[in-house]
Amino acid sequence: MSDLKATIARHKRRDRLFAALGTAAICLAMLTLMALLIDLAMDGLTRINGQFLTSFPSRKPEQAGILSAWVGTLMVMVVTIVSAIPLGVAAGIYLEEYARKNWLTTLIEINTANLAGVPSIIWGLMALGLLVYGLKLGHSVATAGLTLGLLVLPIVIMSTRESIRAIPSSIREASYACGATRLQTVVHHIIPYSLGGILTGSIIALSRAIGETAPLVTIGALTYIAFLPDSPLRNPTGWLWSDFTVMPIQMFNWVSRPDRRFHENAAAAGLVLMVMSLGMNALAIVLRYRLRRRIKW
Amino acid sequence: MSTASIQIIALPTAARRRRLAWIERGVQWALFAAAGTSVVITFAIVGTLVYESSAFFEHVSLREFLTDTQWTPLFADAHYGILPLVCGTFVTTMIALLVAIPLGTISAIWLSEYAPHKIREALKPALELLTAVPTVVYGYFALLFVSPLLQKLYPGLPGFNMLSAGIVMGVMIIPYVSSLSEDAMHAVPMHIREGAYAMGSTRMQTALRVVVPSALSGITAAYILGISRAVGETMVVAIAAGMQPNLTFNPTEPAATITAYIVQVSLGDLPHDSIGYQSIFAAGLTLMLLTLVFNIGGYILRQRYREAY
Repeated sequence: MSDLKATIARHKRRDRLFAALGTAAICLAMLTLMALLIDLAMDGLTRINGQFLTSFPSRKPEQAGILSAWVGTLMVMVVTIVSAIPLGVAAGIYLEEYARKNWLTTLIEINTANLAGVPSIIWGLMALGLLVYGLKLGHSVATAGLTLGLLVLPIVIMSTRESIRAIPSSIREASYACGATRLQTVVHHIIPYSLGGILTGSIIALSRAIGETAPLVTIGALTYIAFLPDSPLRNPTGWLWSDFTVMPIQMFNWVSRPDRRFHENAAAAGLVLMVMSLGMNALAIVLRYRLRRRIKW
Repeated sequence: MSTASIQIIALPTAARRRRLAWIERGVQWALFAAAGTSVVITFAIVGTLVYESSAFFEHVSLREFLTDTQWTPLFADAHYGILPLVCGTFVTTMIALLVAIPLGTISAIWLSEYAPHKIREALKPALELLTAVPTVVYGYFALLFVSPLLQKLYPGLPGFNMLSAGIVMGVMIIPYVSSLSEDAMHAVPMHIREGAYAMGSTRMQTALRVVVPSALSGITAAYILGISRAVGETMVVAIAAGMQPNLTFNPTEPAATITAYIVQVSLGDLPHDSIGYQSIFAAGLTLMLLTLVFNIGGYILRQRYREAY
């Protein structure tokens, strides 16, 4: 009897130990995130000021800034949004609402899932061979935006499908029963009801695109840009074909320099990048939470 | 004599109906084309890699590529052996997995089996924030925070080394491992757990002997995803592990991975038809094949260990 009690006590002790281990594992991961943020803030916070945001890169670390980098990021993101979101949403709608169950649909589905797992640098190589030299788009904002657009396309497709799948089929049936065509059902019901989910997925996709570095290095983004393209008011499409740099590349360039003072700039650029990226993710989480509470089928 | 306001629903005329049908069909084709883009993209990726690498393999024999132990395409004495790069990729990936698999799996078990509902709902997205951090920031962290920290414990460590890059990469892929494993464990039906509890198992025994084996296919899928992330990860290793190809299994040395080599060449401005330019596509093709092997392996494992409830 006391033997059994000892066994039970031992097992319970192990159970508690394992619970503590689990808590520790999670804490370790979260602490790393904290350490990362604090490390960046300690190194870079003093560099963030108006001058840093409005100066071009420079050989003198204290005069360097991220003006061309954040403008570049903004321009590239515009192209990414325009190329990825309509295409991804359309593909998602097709796969959920139109596609018949046949080999072609299965092929597209498996393929989309596989594309999501392709390393980002491979996308850069594809863009280098096909967009830069094949289609002669050059090392331009357009190439970069398209590359990132294609890279995040699977994320947009999958989040669109997920949010469409959450709409109960009774909604569709009610619409068809009133004599609506398939297109009318999609336009009047499916798209409005899934818009929240699509928006959340698109924000997540963009936050991924904003931090991508490797594919843009591969297509030949420059690291030293001391000019801004013509204002779109004067030359509406000029910016698409201009040379560019983006935030993560500017940061990469500063990290790779031996001079410690450039590391402070890198940390400051990293902080701005983190604020953008984590901010977008936080927005997506809040949005998802609020939508989940509001919609009651 | 007021006219009764009776609304008559106008049925569309035959011409309008035909026009609507055309629009319906046009939209359907447009949507189909959008969905088909993903297949086109795959062909574009594979096509580009194979096309550009084929030029490379006209200069370099497959045998040299696979057996030479030096990778120096940009030197006067050029060698084209992919082994040093594959080795760098292997070592950094192994270190990352040694960090991510234990931590990720234990976190997943804790979240799924121990954590109260509210804490789980709060911690899961918080953990996923780790994937939202741009990889270049992780690179900064590895080079300027983890490496100096390791140098204090281990004085002879060079500034660039595979160890710190691998550790940071491991932290980076924890959410990939934990999130998918947690989903798989969460999907295990409650009655299986209740059976174990009814036999007097503790939570740990239930988790390790019942839930984990039941969710094994999902957990394997999570590991495979983690591996392919680690193999394809670029910026952390390019920043923190150095860019010198080095055939060594010693994690405290600097070495280049396949991805770091591609970055290094891209940073320079190589002419379009040079062998250096073609070599990054050969390296890319190798990387693609490596991730493909893992994905297929994962698929087979999933099929074999599939649990049907």
